[in-house]
Amino acid sequence: MTDDFDRLASALKAAPPPEPGAKEAALRLAMENYDRLQASAAGARPSLDPPQKAGFLTGVLAMLKSLATRPILAATTSAAALGLGLVVILPQMQAPTGPALPAAPEPALMAEPEPVPAPPARAKAAAPEAAPEAAPMSEPASEAPMADAAGIAAEAPEAVVGMAAPETVVGMVAPEPAILLPEPNTEAFASADPNPVKITAEQPVSTFSADVDTASWSILRSSLNAGQLPPAEAVRIEEMVNYFPYAYPAPEPGAAPFRPSVTVMPTPWNADTRLVVIGLQGAMPAVADRPPLNLVFLIDTSGSMDEPSKLPLLKQSLRLMLPGLHPEDQVAIVAYAGSAGTVLPPTPASDRATISEALDRLSAGGATAGAEGLALAYQEAAKMAAPGEVSRVILATDGDFNVGLSDPEALKDFIARERDSGTYLSVLGFGRGNLDDATMQALAQTGNGTAAYIDTANEARKVLVDQLTGALFPIADDVKFQVEWNPAQVAEYRLIGYETRALNREDFNNDKVDAGEIGAGLQVTALYEIAAPGSPGLKNDPLRYGTEPVPMTTDELGFLRLRWKAPGEAESQLIEQPILPSDGAPSEDARFAAAVAGMGQLLTGGTYLGNWGWDQAIALAEGSKGDDPWGYRAEAIGLMRMAQALER
Amino acid sequence: MLMDTPDEMLARAAAQGDRAAFATLLARHYDRLHGLCWRLTGSRTEAEDLTQDICAALPSKLQGWRGEARFTTWLYRIAVNAAHDLRRRQATRAKAALGWGDWELARQDEIAVEREAQDWLATAMSSLSPDLRDTVALTLGEGLTQGEAAEILGLSEGTVAWRMSEVKKRLKAMAKAEGMT
Repeated sequence: MTDDFDRLASALKAAPPPEPGAKEAALRLAMENYDRLQASAAGARPSLDPPQKAGFLTGVLAMLKSLATRPILAATTSAAALGLGLVVILPQMQAPTGPALPAAPEPALMAEPEPVPAPPARAKAAAPEAAPEAAPMSEPASEAPMADAAGIAAEAPEAVVGMAAPETVVGMVAPEPAILLPEPNTEAFASADPNPVKITAEQPVSTFSADVDTASWSILRSSLNAGQLPPAEAVRIEEMVNYFPYAYPAPEPGAAPFRPSVTVMPTPWNADTRLVVIGLQGAMPAVADRPPLNLVFLIDTSGSMDEPSKLPLLKQSLRLMLPGLHPEDQVAIVAYAGSAGTVLPPTPASDRATISEALDRLSAGGATAGAEGLALAYQEAAKMAAPGEVSRVILATDGDFNVGLSDPEALKDFIARERDSGTYLSVLGFGRGNLDDATMQALAQTGNGTAAYIDTANEARKVLVDQLTGALFPIADDVKFQVEWNPAQVAEYRLIGYETRALNREDFNNDKVDAGEIGAGLQVTALYEIAAPGSPGLKNDPLRYGTEPVPMTTDELGFLRLRWKAPGEAESQLIEQPILPSDGAPSEDARFAAAVAGMGQLLTGGTYLGNWGWDQAIALAEGSKGDDPWGYRAEAIGLMRMAQALER
Repeated sequence: MLMDTPDEMLARAAAQGDRAAFATLLARHYDRLHGLCWRLTGSRTEAEDLTQDICAALPSKLQGWRGEARFTTWLYRIAVNAAHDLRRRQATRAKAALGWGDWELARQDEIAVEREAQDWLATAMSSLSPDLRDTVALTLGEGLTQGEAAEILGLSEGTVAWRMSEVKKRLKAMAKAEGMT
C-alpha cells in the first residue's frame, strides 16, 4: 500500500528532461513577448491573473503582517499560527538567518519608496551575465523547491539592501503619478494612495483598463474572518466591487459582447457631489457554429434539496445558463422525488419565460424515490433529438442517485447505451454532506459529460458556460474605458479604485497596449464621484487667472468610450455613449456597489468620506441588499460589522 | 549579482522592465516548470506546449506580480491554472485523461522494464481525477508539503490531506484489481 505510494512518487519524480529545441523556442518566445510588452509603454497591469482564492498561507501571512502593528485580539490564534508568527516577526528584527517563509514580506517592505521604471543602467550592467545561455540552469525538476527557496531566502536581507539603493535614487517625481506615469509595477501601486481628485479643465480624460479580478475581496475576507483588519495595500476597491454579481441589462444578441449601463445618483457620503456608476454586462455567447443543443434537466427535488445552497442555487444556475442558449436549442425539465414527472416538456430555448416559470414551480419535498427519473429524462431527450443535434441530460442532485435503476452496473450500461445513441449525461453536484463524488464522476464519464460541484453562483456560471461552449472563453479582449468629462457640467472628478489599472490617455487608441479581458457573463463596475462647477463639493478653488468658464452647450456630463477586441483579433472596436444626468434610476445594484466602494475607502483611510462611517456604510448596504440569493451581500455586511468592531 | 538574487527580487525587477532579470528568472525555472507540466498533463508534447504557453504569457502575468507569495508558489499556481484551462479546452474529463494514454502509447518502444514502470504510472495517474492528479503532481512529484500544495491550489490544507488519502484509496483499489496484495 505505502509501496504503491512511494512508487507513484518516484515514478513522478523521474520527469523526462525538456527537449532542448522546445526549451529554446519557449525562452525566445517569452523574451519576445517581454520586449513587446515593455515597448508598448507598459500600460496597464493586464488582468490575466485568474481570480485567486486566498490560500491558507496567504491568509496567515496577511494576518501576521498586521499582528506586528496591531494588538493581538482574542486568543483565537492557533498554536500553529503562533509558531509561524515567530518566524515572520524575527527577520523584521534583523535576524539574518530567517527561514524561507519571511522572504515574501521582507522585499515587500522595500517597495515603499515608489520606484519609477528607470533601470536601464542596471539592466545594461547585468546583461552579459544574464544572457539565457550563461544563466544558471535550474536544478533537476525532481528536487524539492523548498530547500532551494530557503537557501535563497537566507540571503535576502543583504540582497535587499544592495538592490534598494539605485532604485530609491531615481524615485519620487510627478505630482500625480496615478494617471500620468506608466505604471511601474502593481506592488508599488497596490499600496499607493487612492486616486486624487482631478480638475476637469486640466485633465478632462480618464482612462483605465477593465478588471475582473476579485482576489482583493478574498484576501480581505480572510483577514477580517481571522479577526484582523486587512493590510491597506490588499484593498483594491474595483476588485471588491466586482466580486458581487449585479443584474445589469444583458447585451442585445448580435450587438457588442457587452453592454454598458450608466447610473447617476447622489453620492452617499457627500450631498454635494454625484456618483456615476458605470456597469458593463458581458454577454453569454454561444459558439457560433455549434449544433443545436437539446437539454434535459433531471432535477432532484427531494427534501434534502431544500437548502439555499441546493435547489435555489440550482435554479439560479440554470437561469444563468439560459441566455447562452441558441433559439434553436430546446430545454426540458424532469423532476424526481416522490414521483418522477415532466415539469417542462421540450420547449425552445428562446421561450425563456416559460422555462423560467417551470423552474419557479420546482420545490423541494418528499423522499427520493424517483423511479424512472433517468428513463423519463432520456425519453424527453429522444423526443427532441434530430439529426445533427446534440442531446444532453443534466442530472442535478445533492447526492441521491436513486434515479430508478438501483444496480450501479446496470445504471452505467444504461447511460453508456444512451450515449452511443447520441445522448450525453452531465452531473452537477450541489450542497455538502451527501455528495457522492465518485459516483458522480463515474456516471459523467460514462455519459461523456462532466461532473462538477457547484457551491456558488460563480462556480455555476463557470461550469455551465463551460458545458455549453466547451471552454470558458473570453468574449472581449483588451477592454479599455475612457471617460471624457464635460467641464461645463463636471468641474472635478475622482475615479474610485482602478489605481493599478490606470492607462495613459493615448493608450486608449493604441491596440498594442494590453488591457483586461471580460469573460462570458461577467460584470465590470466602475464608479466616479463628480462635482458640478460651483458646487460646495469642490475640493479645489477656482484659479484667479484661470480660463473662462466653459459655456454650457449640452447637458451631457461626459462621454463614455469603450474599446475592445474580439478574442484573438488585433484590431479594436469602439463603443460610445454620452453620460446624461438623468441616466439610470439609483437601483439596488448601484447603491450596493457604492456601499462596497465606501467600505473599501473606509479600509484605506476614507480621505473623501467626511463623517460618513461604518454605520452609514452598513445601513446603505442593508438597504440595497436585494434578493441576495447566495448571501454574498449579507456576507459583505457581516464583514463591514467586523471591520467596524476591529477599528474601535 | 543576479545569480544570487532571490526570485522575488528578480520578479519585481523584471516587472519594472529589467530584461536581464526576466531572462535569469526564465532560465532558472524553465526545467522545473517543464517537470511540473509533465506531471500535470502526463504527456511530453502537451507539457512542452503548456510550458511554452506559460512562458509566453509570463511577461504580462508578471505585471500582476504582487509579491504576496514566494515566486515559486506563484509560478506553480500559474502552471496549475494553465493546466486547468487546457483541460477545459479539452472539454471533458474523459478527454483530459487521454494525455496519459497517449503518453503510454508513445513510450511503448522503450525498453521493457522502463515501460512496465511507466505503464503502471500511466494507469495509476489515469485512475485519478484531475484534481487528485494535480495534488499528487505537487506533493509527490514536486516534493511540496501539503500546506504548500494547498496554497498553490487555493484550497485548505485539510482538503489536500483528504485528497491524498483518497489517492491512497484509489491506489489500493488499483492494486486489488491487478490481483496484487
